[in-house]
Amino acid sequence: MQYVTSPIAIAIFMAFVAFVLWIAYYYAKRTKTAKGYYAAGGDIHWAVNGIAFAGDYLSAASFLGICGMIAAFGYDGFLYSIGYLAGWIVALFVVAEPMKRLGKYTFTDALDSKFNSKSIQLTAAISTLVVSIFYLIPQMVGAGVLVTPLLGLSHQWGVILVGTIVIIIVATAGMASTTYVQFLKGGLLIVFSTIVVVAVLSRGLSTTPQPVGGKQYHQFVTIPYTMAGDTLSLTNSAYTPATDWQTSPYYGGADAKARFVELTDSTGNTSVWYLNENKQILEETLTVAVQPDGAKLFNGAPRTEGKFFSVGHMDEIVINGQKVEKTGSLNAVDYLAAVLHGKVVVWPTEKLTVGETKLTVYYPKTVLGKDLLRPGTKFKVGKTLWGNINFISLMLALFCGTAALPHILIRYYTVPTPSCARKSTIIAIASIGFFYVLTLFMGLGAMTNGVMDLTDSNMAAPLLAKSFGIVLFAIISAIAFATVLGTVSGLIVAASGAVAHDLINRFLGVKLTDHGKVLAGKLAAVGVGILAMILGIKYQGMNVSYLVGWAFAVAASANLPAIIMLLFWKKTTAQGIAAAVIVGIVSSVGLILLSPEMYKELYNLKPELAPLPIDSPAIISVPLSFLTLVVVSLLTQKKPGTGTPEEIKEPVAQPETV
Amino acid sequence: MDHGPSTQWGEDLASGYKTKLGLWMFLVYGIVYAGFVVINSVSPQLMAMPIGRLNLAIVYGFGLIILALVMALIYNAMAGRAETQFASVSEPTVPETVEER
Repeated sequence: MQYVTSPIAIAIFMAFVAFVLWIAYYYAKRTKTAKGYYAAGGDIHWAVNGIAFAGDYLSAASFLGICGMIAAFGYDGFLYSIGYLAGWIVALFVVAEPMKRLGKYTFTDALDSKFNSKSIQLTAAISTLVVSIFYLIPQMVGAGVLVTPLLGLSHQWGVILVGTIVIIIVATAGMASTTYVQFLKGGLLIVFSTIVVVAVLSRGLSTTPQPVGGKQYHQFVTIPYTMAGDTLSLTNSAYTPATDWQTSPYYGGADAKARFVELTDSTGNTSVWYLNENKQILEETLTVAVQPDGAKLFNGAPRTEGKFFSVGHMDEIVINGQKVEKTGSLNAVDYLAAVLHGKVVVWPTEKLTVGETKLTVYYPKTVLGKDLLRPGTKFKVGKTLWGNINFISLMLALFCGTAALPHILIRYYTVPTPSCARKSTIIAIASIGFFYVLTLFMGLGAMTNGVMDLTDSNMAAPLLAKSFGIVLFAIISAIAFATVLGTVSGLIVAASGAVAHDLINRFLGVKLTDHGKVLAGKLAAVGVGILAMILGIKYQGMNVSYLVGWAFAVAASANLPAIIMLLFWKKTTAQGIAAAVIVGIVSSVGLILLSPEMYKELYNLKPELAPLPIDSPAIISVPLSFLTLVVVSLLTQKKPGTGTPEEIKEPVAQPETV
Repeated sequence: MDHGPSTQWGEDLASGYKTKLGLWMFLVYGIVYAGFVVINSVSPQLMAMPIGRLNLAIVYGFGLIILALVMALIYNAMAGRAETQFASVSEPTVPETVEER
C-alpha cells in the first residue's frame, strides 16, 4: 500500500491547528488563577464537558486501534469497545459525584480529602504520572506513525509537531483550552464517523469492492492443481513450481499451519502461493520480505511501486436465501445480518525464514461470517482455563480502569456542581457509546471494502474513508490527528497537576502564590510535554500499543480500590490507601513485565517461559490492592482519642455555601 | 488545608440516597456485564446462537451499550428528582444552590 500525501488533508489539518491555537490564545486570558488553569474555572457547561470527556477518552487507540482490530479479527475487536464503554458505568454510578464533592484540582485531592497525608499525596501523584506516561507514549508514537502517510513528514517531525502544539494548548490556557479542543475533537470524531458509517451502509456489500476514484480492486489469482507423489501439476502453464517445492522453507515442516509454494512465471519472476489443499488450488499471496541488509520488499518490489495491494472482500453474500454479488444500500441490521450469513475473505499471516530473508506471508482464507461475528478469533476463549482467565482479566481491567484514569477524573473539576458532573458523565456515555456502536460498522466496512493495508491495521478507518473520496479521507485524517492532540492535552494537564499541585505544592509543601501555582503548572506541562516528545521519538517503530493496556491495568489496580474504599468503608486509613496504591502499581506492572506477551515482544524469549500464562494482570492485582487496603487499614486503626500524625483530624471537604 | 472543591455549591442532602441508588444500579449493570464476560470466555459457541437475524454476541454486546445509556438516564432522572425533593423539604434552612449551567 502506498500512501500519497493529500494537499486537502494538509489544508484541513492546518486549519484545525490554527483554530486550536486560536482557542489557546483566547482562553489564555482566563487562566490567571490556579482554578482557571487546573479546573478551567470550574464553570464549563456539563454538556460541553460531556463531549470533552468523549474527546479526552476516545484516543487513537479507540479510533484507529479498535477499527483496525475489528477489521482484522471481527467481533473480538468489538469486545474492547464494549469493555471501554462499560467502564463509564463505574464512573457514573460510583465515582462521578463523590469525586466532584471531594476533590479540587486533581485525583490526589479527592483521595487525600479526609487525611492530608503526605504518603497519599506522594503515592497518588506517582500513580497519576505512571498512568499518564504509559498512556502518553503510544499516543506520541501514534502521532509519528500517522504523519508519515498523511502529511509526508518524518516520524520525528510528526512527534515534534504534535508535542509542540499540545504544549502550546496546555501551557497557555491549561484546562480551559484543553476542554474546548477536546470538545471540538470529540464532536468532529462522532459526526464524521457517523458520515463514514452512513456511506458504508449506503454502499452495502460486494464481492468485488470498488473504491471511489481509487485503483481497481486487485483480482487475486487462483490456480487449480493436481498432486501425484512429488509432482505438482498446475492448470496454468504460465507458472512453474520450484523443483524442490516439498522440501523448501515455503512448504514448511510437519507442523506448519499453512503451506506455500514458490512459482516462477514466464518472465522469470518468482512469487509465493498458498497451497489450499482443501480446494486443490494455489492462491496468490502478499509478502513482506526483510532482507539481510534491512531493506523491505513488498510483494517483491519497493513499497513505492504499489505492488502490495489493498485487500478485504466478501466471498459470498446471501440475501433472503439468494446468493448475490452486490447488496446495494442496507440498513444497520441488514448489514450485520449480511456479513453474519455470508463468507468473508480474511488474511492470516505466516512468518517464514528463507535463507537470510525474513518473510511474512499474508494468505487468503475464506471464513464464515458467523465465525467472525462471535468471540474467539483473537482471544483464546473457550479453550483453556488460562485463556479464559486472561480474557476475564482484560475485561475487568477495562471495566475498572476507566473510572480511575487521572486524565478522565480531573474533568470532574471543570463543572460547577456534583449534579453537573453526573450529567456530563451521561453525555459522555451517550456519545462514547454511540461512537463504539459505529466502530463495529467502520471495522466491518474496512474488512469488506478492499481497503485494508495488511501491514498496518491501524490505518483501517482512514483508508475506509479514502474509499469514499479524498475529501472524506482528508477530514478523517485530520480528525485522527486531532484525536491525538485532544488526548495528549488531557494527559499533560493531568501529569502537570500531579507534578505542580500534588508533589511541589502539597507533598513538598512549597508555598506558592496563586500566580506561582499557575506558573508551576505551566512549567510542569512544558517539562512533561518535552518528555513525551523524547519518548515518542525513542520508541519509534516499536509496537507500544500494549502500554494503553498497562495504563488501564495500573489505574484499575492502583486507583480504583483506593477510590471505592475511601467512599464506602469508614475504616479506611491513609496508610491503607497509600499501601494499596503502591501494591496496585507494583503488582500490575510486575505481572505485566512477567507476562508471556512481554517475554515475546520485549525480551525476545519464548512466551512459554513466562511464570504466569496471563497478559492482563487485573484479575490478580485488583483484588490484591483491595486486600492490602483492608489489611493495612485494620492494622493502622486509630485508638479512640488518639491520632497518628498522618491522620490529622480534618473534616471531609465540604462545599462552601454561596 | 489546600484541597476541597474548586467551586461552591449548596449542600447536597440527596447525596446519601444517590450513593445507594448508584451502588444498586452499578450492581445490576455489573451482573449483566459479568454474565457477558463469562459467556464469552467459557462458552463462545453460545454467543453464536441466532437471535432473530443476528446472533447473541451482537445483540448482547449492543444491549450492554444501550443498557448503559438507559440506566444512566434512569439514574439521572431519579437523582434529579431526589435533589429537588430534598431541597424543597429543607428549603428554609438550606442555602440557595448555584444555578446549574
